[in-house]
Amino acid sequence: MFDYNFHWRPVMKSLPDLLEAGLVTLQVAALSMIIGIVIGLALALIRMHMRGPVKWLASAWVELARNTPALFQLFFFGFGLGAVGIHMSPYVIVLSALSFNCAGYLAENFRGGFQAIPDTQLRAARSLGMTVWQSYTRVIIPQVFRIVYHPLTNQIVWAVLMSSLGMLVGFRELSGETQALASRTYRIFEYFAVTAVIYYVIVKIILGASRLLAARLFRY
Amino acid sequence: MEPTVSFFSGFQPSDLWFLAEAAWRTLLISVLSISIGTVLGVVFGWMIYEGKWPAALTLGPVLDVFRSVPLIIQLVLFYNFAPIIGLNLDPFLSGVVVLSVYCASLVANVARGGMEAVGLPMRRAARSLGMSYWQDLRYVVLPIGGRAVFPSWVGVALGVMKDSALVSVLGYIELLKASQILITRTQEPLLILTLAGAFYFALSYPISRYAATLEKRWAT
Repeated sequence: MFDYNFHWRPVMKSLPDLLEAGLVTLQVAALSMIIGIVIGLALALIRMHMRGPVKWLASAWVELARNTPALFQLFFFGFGLGAVGIHMSPYVIVLSALSFNCAGYLAENFRGGFQAIPDTQLRAARSLGMTVWQSYTRVIIPQVFRIVYHPLTNQIVWAVLMSSLGMLVGFRELSGETQALASRTYRIFEYFAVTAVIYYVIVKIILGASRLLAARLFRY
Repeated sequence: MEPTVSFFSGFQPSDLWFLAEAAWRTLLISVLSISIGTVLGVVFGWMIYEGKWPAALTLGPVLDVFRSVPLIIQLVLFYNFAPIIGLNLDPFLSGVVVLSVYCASLVANVARGGMEAVGLPMRRAARSLGMSYWQDLRYVVLPIGGRAVFPSWVGVALGVMKDSALVSVLGYIELLKASQILITRTQEPLLILTLAGAFYFALSYPISRYAATLEKRWAT
């Protein structure tokens, strides 16, 4: 039944390449998270405080990001925008699709966070003489951050996992690199098994780091 | 005048049928995987809840692996691993197996949360009234815990539906793969991607809205 010989040597030989590609994965995931947090925060605030076309646009963004497959979004940024003459490198395609997706999901998280803060807090901060900007950055957002910390961590993990779709648009992150190496040696199973382990370790490191950070940040 | 040979042909009405068939295949694989995954996931969740630490130490980490490795890697791994142990699965079956297990690993968490949402006093009361263990599960835990986590389950189910797009890497022609094929032939990515995206959106958006409404209604 078991007449397949596993060959791990080529995989081990290219382990440095895989780890390097893992760094690319981490980089694109981290960047998309930063962009996603900024845009997601803006989308949440726009949806809560504005009316008219701007609000519709923000709502459309959030609903589209949440209700279509990430792969569809990736194809849209890749082939769809390519058709109207916007050509981007695989890196930019993956980064923009991931940021688009993250922003949509995070906007909903942030909205939930903002709604959990009583209105009176903003009014209290304002009556203490703080400007709107100050009361948001000093009073509201720190509390919201605490509420969305856990969903935020999950979203980082999702971003790492989702970046694996880059493989399908020729982006050489961890999955793309694995596919390229695997198709050169035909050791597909071995290569992807090692890649799965690397993803698992990356995810565990992120979760562990976020737990440590939480213990430091939310001590009081 | 030289006759020109064209490799591409425009979008034809018959292509709509091709897309509809692919959409049907997306539905088929999603419904099948979500059904199997939900049943498995509830069983796993129950095992982790009732099995205390032995289950938490064995089953927990195994399910965790499926949540920490990108689905696309799981698909490629399983598709290449099945022949090694002598299974010859077509892309559809491989997709169903991987998606079901992936769905189960997510549902297990949801199901366990649901069981934890039912307070111990309630369970003891049920048993004191003479209900058997299974009656307690069926008539007390299922209605109360089920309601508590129904919205999360809908979220998981919709996530699996969207992730079913990834089965295209195995060559299963579901909606996104079909649109990719059509794009290659017609060179009209915007039109075709919009159609495909609209299908996912039309499926996902009403369901998620309905779940949100139910959540609000049940919360009061």
